[in-house]
This record gives sequence, structure tokens and C-alpha cells, in this order.
Amino acid sequence: MDLIYWALIILGVIILYIILAYNSLIVLRTRISNAWSQIDVQLKRRYDLIPNLIKTVQGYVKHEKTVLTELTKARSQLISGSMQQKAKASNQITEALKSIFAVAENYPNLKANENFKMLQEELSGTESKIAYARQFYNDSVMSFNIKVQKFPTKIIANAFDFKQKEFFKTEEDEKKNIKVEF
Amino acid sequence: MYSQIGINKRNTILLFIIFLIFIGIFIFLINLFFFQGHTFVIIAAVIAVIFSLISYYSGTSIVLAMTKAREANKKEHAYLINTVEGLAIAAGIPKPKVYVIPGMQINAFASGRSPKSSLVAVTEGALEKLNRQELEGVVSHEISHVKNYDIRIMLLASVLVGIIIFVSEIMLRSFLFGGLRSNDSRSGRMNLIFIVIGIVLLILAPIMAQMIKFSISRKREYLADASGALLTRYPKGLADALRKIKSDTTESKIASRSTSHLFISNPFKKKQWLVNLFNTHPMLEDRIQKLDAM
Repeated sequence: MDLIYWALIILGVIILYIILAYNSLIVLRTRISNAWSQIDVQLKRRYDLIPNLIKTVQGYVKHEKTVLTELTKARSQLISGSMQQKAKASNQITEALKSIFAVAENYPNLKANENFKMLQEELSGTESKIAYARQFYNDSVMSFNIKVQKFPTKIIANAFDFKQKEFFKTEEDEKKNIKVEF
Repeated sequence: MYSQIGINKRNTILLFIIFLIFIGIFIFLINLFFFQGHTFVIIAAVIAVIFSLISYYSGTSIVLAMTKAREANKKEHAYLINTVEGLAIAAGIPKPKVYVIPGMQINAFASGRSPKSSLVAVTEGALEKLNRQELEGVVSHEISHVKNYDIRIMLLASVLVGIIIFVSEIMLRSFLFGGLRSNDSRSGRMNLIFIVIGIVLLILAPIMAQMIKFSISRKREYLADASGALLTRYPKGLADALRKIKSDTTESKIASRSTSHLFISNPFKKKQWLVNLFNTHPMLEDRIQKLDAM
């Protein structure tokens, strides 16, 4: 009789553990998809701002039109695709924007344009939001991956087919570059 | 950095438990020493509960009114709003409301009951005197207060301290104006000792409660510094901002004693007696040193 009680208690504890571990994995995985949609929102926001920027800059810039076509090209690659493709296109846009703002330095009239100033503030704000969203995404992926690999949650992760997630990769020093004021 | 956050969290929970036990003992002792009947206790309790509910739910708007803060607008404060939004994304919390406080002192605070109903307020002085990295550091500190639920704990702590002050005030008054009559039936000397102990307790309790609150607040500052640095991955920004705050001598017009624990640095610059026990904030030097070591 005693033995049965003990067995039942142990079984209960195990089941409770499985439920808790499973739920924590679900919470972490949901956080990742939430974090990803945050990135997506900001990418979309930047995507929408770019045509305005091109329109504003076009009137002023005479010789360096290539930076604009670069940006248009990079933008068109963002529309769809896997996460890694989006990450790559996003990095290209970041680069293209940087060179546009560098070029703008040579045009005092453009720099004084209210519309341009506002767009520049908005774009650099969006740029750092993308960086922050990516950071949150990667942090979330990291805590999920650790949980999936760590014993004993590893057993539950395997049993319910939780797979490790991919990081949103970027060049090593990109975060540092974004901090530079345009 | 991660381990520091862990240690701070444990310490704060411990302090909060002490606080709750303290309130429990306080109420128990009041009852033991002073009351045969319960009517008064019940009335006091009802008033205290109503009082604390009101201050808990309107605390944030009271603070805003006291500091004369106004909501930031997208046109004037684009960078501030973007920074708050960005760091909220990094912390994984909903976007707090952004306020600007008039005045040239460099300071900021966060308030609210939960990340969903939170706000971050920054002084005009901070916007003017800090560069972007420094402002980002300050905002990251405030966002961390929101994320770590410090805003709720500090709001609760203020309410709890408020209750203790309120109750002991009422007790003391009722003594001074003839409350002793109810003890006539009890026998002499022993009773007198109890009463003396009781009065001393009533006087000490609010002071001790304040000290515990300040101690919680100090721990929270270190934690917010650490997790703020984790958000920006750039501890130097906040460290530089704190250096500027340290060398800045503008006196605050907006902060009062009752709101000082909310701010990123103590709004009162002058050195005071018993600085450490009654300070809401750790010494700036100490915080800068810790950030530099990260």
C-alpha cells in the first residue's frame, strides 16, 4: 500500500514537471515569434519611409545618383523571403542609407530642408529600433536555445519536437555603426 | 552583469518580505497594547485600505501633477520618443508614455503600476545637456525600472509607508486627546510601561518604514543600472550621464521629498546628515564605478 502511494506521488511530480517545462518552452517560443514580428514592424516602417527620402533627396543631389539606385535596389529585395534573406537585405539598406546621409553632408540646402531633417530623424530612430528589436529577438532565441539544449528540459524538448531557432545574424560591428550619429 | 541582476533581485525580495513582516508586527503590537475593543481598529483599517487604494491607483497622475510634467510630442522630442520606443522594444515591454518635466536639472523618472500602464519622464535639462548616448543610457535605466517592476514595488512601498504613517499618526493623536481613558480599568505600572513602549513604537515605526523603503530604492537603482547597460550594451553611456549629473549643480525646483525616490539621481544636491540611511539613491561615485567595471 505504502509503495503504491509513493509511486503515485513520484508519478505526479514527474507529470507536474513535464507540464511546467513544456509550458515554459511554449512561453519562450511565443516570445521569439513576438520578437520577430517586432523586427518586421520596424523593417516595414523603414520600407515605407524610404520612397519619401528618395523623393526628397532626388531634387538636390546631382552627381551621386547611384546611392539612390543602390537604396531602391536594396529596398526591393526586402519584400519577402526567409529570415536570413531579410536580414541580408536589411543590412544592405542600412549601408545604403548610411552612404546617402554621408552624401547629404555635401549639400547644405538639403541638410537644411525640414522634410529631410525629419526623415533623417525618423530613419535613424527606426534604424536603432531595428537594432533593438534584433537584440531582443536574439536574446529570446538564446534563452530558448539554452533551454532546449539543457538537461533535463532537453528530454521534454526532444519529446515534443522543440527545435533550436536561428539567430538574426548581422555583421559583427553593425550595432556599433548604428550608434554613430548621422 | 547577469549575476549582479540575480543578486539584486534576491535582496529586494528579502527586503520586501521584511517590510511586510514589519507591518504585520506593527499592527499586532498596536492591537496588543492599546485596544480592548475593535471598533477603532476596524474604522482605521477601512480608512487605510481606501486611502491606499486611492494612492495606488492615482499615484502616477499625482506624481505627474507634482512635477508639472507634460506629454512629449513627436515633433519637438522625436529623438526622446524614438529612444524610449526602441529601448522598450529591446526590453520586450509595451511602449511607455513619454513625458517631459520643465526645469534645467538633469533627471528622469519612471512610474506606473505595470509595464502596460507605465510612463517615463525626462527633464528638459537632461534633453539639453546630455548627448544621445548619455540620454539613451538614462532612458535605459528608466525602462529597466519598468521592466523589473520596480515602478510597482516603489508605488506599493510608498503606499505601505503611507499606511504606517497614517495609522501611527491617528494612534498618537487619539492618545494625546484622551485615548488613555479606556485603560483606566487596567492595573497601574505594567500598563504604563506598555503605553510608553507603544508610543515609542508609534514614533519609530514611520521612520523605520521610510528607512526600509529607501533601502529597497537603493538596491533597485543598482539593478536598473545593470539591466539598463544590458539593454544598450553600452554601460559608458549611462556612466557618462551620471558623471554629468554629478558635476551639474542646478537645484531642483520640481522634486519634493516625497517624490525623490522616483528619480534617476537624488534631486537634492546638498549633503545631509545621515546621508546613507535616509538616501533614496546610492552614491553616484559608487554607481559610476560599477558601470565602468562592466
